[in-house]
Amino acid sequence: MKNTLTKLALAGLMASTMIGSAAAQEDTIKVGILHSLSGTMAISETTLKDAMLMLIEEQNKKGGLLGKKLEAVVVDPASDWPLFAEKARELIEVNGVDAVFGCWTSVSRKSVLPVFEELNSLLFYPVQYEGEESQRNVFYTGAAPNQQAIPAVDYLMNEEGVERWVLAGTDYVYPRTTNKVLEAYLKSKGVAEEDIMINYTPFGHSDWQTIVSDIKTFGSAGKKTAVVSTINGDANVPFYKELANAGIKAEDIPVVAFSVGEEELAGLDTGPLVGHLAAWNYFQSADTDANAEFIDAWHAFIGDEERVTNDPMEAHFIGFNMWVEAVEKAGTTDPDAVIDSIVGVSVPNLTGGYSAMMPNHHITKPVLIGEIQDDGQFETVWETSGLVVGDAWSDYLEGSKDLISDWRAPMSCGNFNTVTGKCGGSGS
Amino acid sequence: MSNLKSVFVLLCLVAGLVSPALAQSDTASLRSLVDALAKGKYAETEQQIGALVATGDPAVAPALQALGAGDLYFRKSDAQVFIAKKNGKRFTLTDPLTLEAEGDAGKREIKKIKVNNKLRRVIRAALGSLTLMASDPNVRVAAAGAIFKAQDPAGIDALETALAAETDDNVRLAMEQAHAAAVLNSDLDEAQKLAAVETLSEMGNREALSLLIGVRSNSEGAVRDAATHAVEKIEKSIAAWNTAQNIWYGVSLGSVLLLAAIGLAITFGVMGVINMAHGEMVMIGAYTTFVVQEIIRTSAPGLFDYSLFIALPLAFLTAGLIGIAIERGVIRWLYGRPLETLLATWGISLILQQAVRSVFGPTNREVGNPDWMSGAFELGQMTITYNRMWIVVFALLVFAGLMLVLKKTPFGLYTRAVTQNRRMAASMGIRTPWIDALTFGLGSGIAGIAGVALSQIDNVSPNLGQGYIIDSFMVVVFGGVGNLWGTLVGAMTLGVVNKFLEPYAGAVLGKIFVLVFIILFIQKRPRGLFALKGRAVEA
Repeated sequence: MKNTLTKLALAGLMASTMIGSAAAQEDTIKVGILHSLSGTMAISETTLKDAMLMLIEEQNKKGGLLGKKLEAVVVDPASDWPLFAEKARELIEVNGVDAVFGCWTSVSRKSVLPVFEELNSLLFYPVQYEGEESQRNVFYTGAAPNQQAIPAVDYLMNEEGVERWVLAGTDYVYPRTTNKVLEAYLKSKGVAEEDIMINYTPFGHSDWQTIVSDIKTFGSAGKKTAVVSTINGDANVPFYKELANAGIKAEDIPVVAFSVGEEELAGLDTGPLVGHLAAWNYFQSADTDANAEFIDAWHAFIGDEERVTNDPMEAHFIGFNMWVEAVEKAGTTDPDAVIDSIVGVSVPNLTGGYSAMMPNHHITKPVLIGEIQDDGQFETVWETSGLVVGDAWSDYLEGSKDLISDWRAPMSCGNFNTVTGKCGGSGS
Repeated sequence: MSNLKSVFVLLCLVAGLVSPALAQSDTASLRSLVDALAKGKYAETEQQIGALVATGDPAVAPALQALGAGDLYFRKSDAQVFIAKKNGKRFTLTDPLTLEAEGDAGKREIKKIKVNNKLRRVIRAALGSLTLMASDPNVRVAAAGAIFKAQDPAGIDALETALAAETDDNVRLAMEQAHAAAVLNSDLDEAQKLAAVETLSEMGNREALSLLIGVRSNSEGAVRDAATHAVEKIEKSIAAWNTAQNIWYGVSLGSVLLLAAIGLAITFGVMGVINMAHGEMVMIGAYTTFVVQEIIRTSAPGLFDYSLFIALPLAFLTAGLIGIAIERGVIRWLYGRPLETLLATWGISLILQQAVRSVFGPTNREVGNPDWMSGAFELGQMTITYNRMWIVVFALLVFAGLMLVLKKTPFGLYTRAVTQNRRMAASMGIRTPWIDALTFGLGSGIAGIAGVALSQIDNVSPNLGQGYIIDSFMVVVFGGVGNLWGTLVGAMTLGVVNKFLEPYAGAVLGKIFVLVFIILFIQKRPRGLFALKGRAVEA
């Protein structure tokens, strides 16, 4: 605990001194970290800031990049969406960083997009998101819906024989778009309208009695039922507590979650939740040497054996290594050169394979389905046989299924409409 | 959890009694079957479970039980299967058939046999038919329940044998229901199925309904008609119970609102301080519970069930003292300046949040439910969870206690005197600044003990308080500023209204409707439900 405190204090100090001395040091390569350290999202984003500091420290131990040391510039956008844009501008214009790693919520990403476009810098975004976007300056290292939601639904359909679906989510853009994609997908698989129940709750919802009882009722219609949950961070703990107390067992009505990872489970007694599922591209329990090394390094860096690793941390690990390799390949940190050189770069991920950057600025990943264990970890019960390519534009939504994205010359377009043959179909 | 453990112990006992009677060669063949569990993937494991169950030998029950609970491991060196329990850094090994201790092993020497939901369902059903004759009635009920859920026609014979020998009425009932469920899934004749539909129709709960809906769509003729009739009957009774269930949910939500708001009813309602840091007092109470549980976990695990009682006074003191410090340090300079108070306490709330974030980290902290707060019981067609029930009771107790303090103690008298007429109270010799500080401390302390209760249903994170501050103000304003009864009625009304709106409007719209309703209500009655009357209002 004390250790964390000192680390936090140090990080703060580092951040402030760096801002002061930014102009003086020209022999370092600066990397911006744009994660909320206060406010609602601090719960998830603080860990990512620490993970980035660790990755940068390790890279410096290996001799830095292009013969220069890397230098982290940490800012705190305080879970305030407009502030994200201001802080991004500060990082690029005042501190002169060469790449930024950051953002968690989709709304924060949308808020910084114009800044990165205008100032032509790079953003690595590490969180699973709803898709329907591909920007020249952004690299999406988290999962697109086809790398998380669709395989999870396939698993439930094929392995568990689920016929009735509850799509429960927090009321904001990611769950709404994901559920739209899922609904279209389920209907394409012949699921009837009355076998799908969609439910939205406000952020931080804490009274789940009615919804859990609705799920129970919906599940007692003689067909195997499952819940697909896009419920966001904080609201999950009371949701799972209510599920456990209401006696809904994973064997009867399994819940598969897209936003519940090792960090979220840390606040829960997982005994009654064994068997509920999550779909990610990485679990801490992945049994590979690379992962064991990463976990050891993380524990040593943070000074606490109890801290867990999670999927967005792996995404930063992959994204950071890709950027390093692309910079080495290009021989410069110039954004235009890196954008050209990073496509096709392939680096090891932590689950025993390689992830590659695709022309649509999404990456290839394996998809894992894990069951919650009583020690708060996930156990992989199923995985895709190969890597899945992130699809920016969903094939199941009207208006987006004709779009493709390819940032290589000569196309260089994030939303090329294959029907009209023009860049700039619909959407952004 | 403890229930599972007792089932397990009993299984061990049953198996222990039976296994010596078995011939040696049987044990050997069983062992090879058990060891075969370690081979292959889920599909192969499922086949092996089938082979084990086919022996019909209760001695395999502990191995299956352990497999389902994720406690079955195999040794990497010789592929022998053991039940392994974590004991410090190493695992204690037990033979799954003889249940004798087999020493221990390190984490890397053994490997867990993986199970998934499908396997757990298979195991649950298999254990059902194996443990129908167990000596503990609870195990027999659980076994019948497992067959009920699996609807496994293979269990019919075992159930009939068990029914013939059963003397306990509760167990008989459970077995008859399981029998009915299994019969409906078999190819037995119509008369038997009709009787089964009748049994389920009398059972009358959601599980029966679920089965009957399945029957309705899969059968023909008289069975189909009987099932349709039964489904209608059950749906009608469930619909009637739904109203009761909604009222209960409303009361339960209301009690949470009451707990969160009652401290504010004192600081805002009685003293008139707009305290935006009120939510953080709730959070501090929740973190106190976490610290208490942490200390108990490391030094006195036996006390865990009492952790909440230990946390209550400590949370009251911690939050109360911080409250007094805030009053003495900041608020007393700002009396009569609501805007400055609002901004200052907002700042304090941010400081407290960030302080907690620095000390305890930004992530959620685990606060466990003691055994008596876990699980649920059925009342008619309603499911009532224990934690919600105790929170309702607790909220009412806190309310009664606070009433008592304000109405029956000298401190309460001083408080009321000071809030009604400060100058006259001062001239009667009451030290008004101290009463202000203590009253503020009392309100904060009550928020602290609310935090102990809320830690049981919500997540313990630095943001805990933010979720309650708006609701708390809503309750106090709606109920009538300065009146505790108003807070009680206001909280319960809002809770029930919210829960009746939610099924129709959804959680998001429901909340908006409640807000609009309050705004309109305040237009009509600006002083809330229970407005104070008399000269005190003008002061």
